[in-house]
Amino acid sequence: MSEGRDNGARNDVADFELARALEVASGVPDPEVPCVTVADLGILRSVTRDDAGLIVVRLTPTYSGCPAVIAIEMAVQSALLDADIEARIERVISPAWTTDWISEEGREKLRAYGIAPPVGSSGGRRAFFAEDVIACPRCGSAHTTKVSEFGSTACKAHYRCDDCAEPFDYFKCI
Amino acid sequence: MAAPETCVPAILEIADDCLILGHRLSEWCGHAPILEEELALANMGLDLLGQASALYAHAGKLEGKGRSEDDFAFLRREREYRNCLLVERRNGDFAHTMLRQLYFAAFMQPFWRTVAATSSDETLRGIAAKAEKEMAYHLRHSGEWVIRMGDGSDESAARMADAVIELHRYTGELFMASPARAAAIADGLLPDPDTLRAEWDETVATVFNAAKLELPEIRVMQKGGRDGNHGEDMGHLLAELQFMQRAYPGHTW
Repeated sequence: MSEGRDNGARNDVADFELARALEVASGVPDPEVPCVTVADLGILRSVTRDDAGLIVVRLTPTYSGCPAVIAIEMAVQSALLDADIEARIERVISPAWTTDWISEEGREKLRAYGIAPPVGSSGGRRAFFAEDVIACPRCGSAHTTKVSEFGSTACKAHYRCDDCAEPFDYFKCI
Repeated sequence: MAAPETCVPAILEIADDCLILGHRLSEWCGHAPILEEELALANMGLDLLGQASALYAHAGKLEGKGRSEDDFAFLRREREYRNCLLVERRNGDFAHTMLRQLYFAAFMQPFWRTVAATSSDETLRGIAAKAEKEMAYHLRHSGEWVIRMGDGSDESAARMADAVIELHRYTGELFMASPARAAAIADGLLPDPDTLRAEWDETVATVFNAAKLELPEIRVMQKGGRDGNHGEDMGHLLAELQFMQRAYPGHTW
């Protein structure tokens, strides 16, 4: 399985049905952040065929306890069924997803939607009371305040802009 | 790869720690002191339930007897749970809950980091890589609260000091290797918890220093959870956790 910022999804271009499966799976929106697709988020890891020739779509969870995992798997399965493509969905745990896998396009879509994309690269342990500078997705101001490290979903924190007064979600960097 | 008889009990110990603490945090739903903490406690509980679920699924696969994550979580008896005593301690007040979380996260963050880097099991490395980042959040969040409360008002400082006296004696068990764990360590599946003690000591000392809390002198650390000897609260916890499956066996959503 490939890794990195290309989102890992791969296929064999000579195989038309497989190419279509990749296209269909890639277009499925995330149920909690519908402005981005599973491909933008990098949680669609690969679309391949197994030894028996069945299409296998591999997805990976963002957080261990992400309650949307099953919803995402079902959404991909039903999008493929609608396109008359028979496929098996597989949950991949290793390598672990990181926000580094969100594509540039995905980051722009998040910002346009009002969610600040993750800042910096994943990893590293921060000191107690240390704060990253998170720019407001509406006005771009760097004067923002963290309201809560735990926001509306496991993957987001809650912020407020001190210039335009807009409250916003921040996609946490993990 | 080690034999299933070795890996499964060792993986279940960690899964049980995550499930039981995750359940304890879920008990705060609707009772947290402020809305932000309501979200934080539920989110942290969800992380731990997710980690437990991945570990149970992996243990079931390695065991090869068809036991699912639900079988492990809902259909074992109290004595079959091998979680450490710290995680089953009742929530008490917010100070108790945050201190318990600090003690656990200060251990689990370096634990998962070491598993991710050194385990002989690829799936465990994957679970660990994600869990380490989640525990880093838990550590920072709970550490900041311990500092705020320890160095806060007379009331909050007194409550935090009470929590230290009550809970510190349960931290020694984190560093003890049960026979199951010792076998997994020998096989390169898991790190020796005792090698993580220095980092834990340093983290806790840093927080206590900033919180103006004193480390208590504990002569005898409490233990027993890894042998299935739990405190009196464990049965009550399981009664709630397992109620639906006991009342309606095989019931699904």
